[in-house]
Amino acid sequence: MRKYTPKDNVQKHSYYTDRFWVAPRVPREAVAEGSHFASVVEAIGTQAKECYIEVGQLVLQIESTENFAVLQTLKEQCGYTQCSEQSAVDYLAQDGEFELFYQLLNITEAKRVRVVCRIKEGEAIESVVPLFKSANFAEREIFDMFGIKVNNHPFLKRIIMPDDWEGHPLLKTYPMIGDEFASWYEVDKIFGKEYRDVIGPENRDQSRIDRYDTKRFSRVGYEVPFGADISEGEKENPIAYSETVLVDYTQESGKQLDERR
Amino acid sequence: MAQHQVNYASAAGLPIALTSVDKLVNWGRSNSLWPLTYGLACCAIEMMASGASRYDFDRMGTIFRASPRQADVMILAGTLSKKHSEFARRLYDQMTEPKWVISMGSCANTGGMFNTYATVQGVDRIIPVDIYLPGCAPRPETLQYAMMMLQKKIRRESANMNNNTKQNLRLV
Repeated sequence: MRKYTPKDNVQKHSYYTDRFWVAPRVPREAVAEGSHFASVVEAIGTQAKECYIEVGQLVLQIESTENFAVLQTLKEQCGYTQCSEQSAVDYLAQDGEFELFYQLLNITEAKRVRVVCRIKEGEAIESVVPLFKSANFAEREIFDMFGIKVNNHPFLKRIIMPDDWEGHPLLKTYPMIGDEFASWYEVDKIFGKEYRDVIGPENRDQSRIDRYDTKRFSRVGYEVPFGADISEGEKENPIAYSETVLVDYTQESGKQLDERR
Repeated sequence: MAQHQVNYASAAGLPIALTSVDKLVNWGRSNSLWPLTYGLACCAIEMMASGASRYDFDRMGTIFRASPRQADVMILAGTLSKKHSEFARRLYDQMTEPKWVISMGSCANTGGMFNTYATVQGVDRIIPVDIYLPGCAPRPETLQYAMMMLQKKIRRESANMNNNTKQNLRLV
């Protein structure tokens, strides 16, 4: 029987595995009293499960159900007026959860904060569009790429992929070169399913060479007319160089076509 | 001094030039190739450069048209995503016959480096292509050369498009 390979992360291709390699981790520092971020931690209080500083930036781990309340506090009490990025990370294979993060910016005090929460597969998250207008497109992208539903979003539909697309491409279970639906998408859409046989499957081999296909390939030194049949072998066609290129200008006897020296 | 007025009476009598219909029609077709103003990605920058004054497509009678109804060449310049493939095909269908297609750059030819779920792996999956133009991105000279090759191809063809093998390749 063939060896079973897990399908929960089909995008992962390891070319080399070092048994003793340990993934590097950024150190997490505690928030010191009276430091740059102390007021933010104080305002959030017990809503944060964990808060630490990573590469000079405050990270708040919260419950996914409290995301709206936490972001409201950060916006109204701590001056975080911009939500510059919001997305998700697929940890389904590892932990069975998605990690959602919000990246906020306080422009007057030059402070940033990352609010991180985790949700299980199939759970929905509350929309933060009433707080930040930029969350509108970001949440649509999360829905498009991961299939995470967002409650109370004004217009939750796909933003990057076509409306009739199947699957959510940033999931680790989604193959990099697409599933069957993706590989026939343009053919099905434009010509219909019955044209799959006419057009044929996608060729994803970048280095494919068909020696006997003289319409698309030619062999240097063995050139034949377009579309000629070479199944019986082809005649050698020695490469002839132009004589003007090979003129030996140091010799008097060299054949010369111009007057320059 | 240049003589601006042709003196027909002094010539053989009447202003007659003998030719074949194929040659006359193809002379007209090949010397006024009007491409569609249609750029998909970075190759479109090179296409714009070819159209602008330094490389100057106008001197070849190649003038970009903003409407597919007035265009007879489609230059697919750049990565064609699967979402957009439908609209590229629609623009091709809106162009009037006779029409030709140049696939410009690696992405349009084969999908190029975008070996992903979202990129059409070669525009010839949806549109019949006349000239494949290699490069990433091809230089404006390459596009000019492709246009000259297309002119040569048109001059070789029959004026009646139904006699050309390309008609048989057309899918729909």
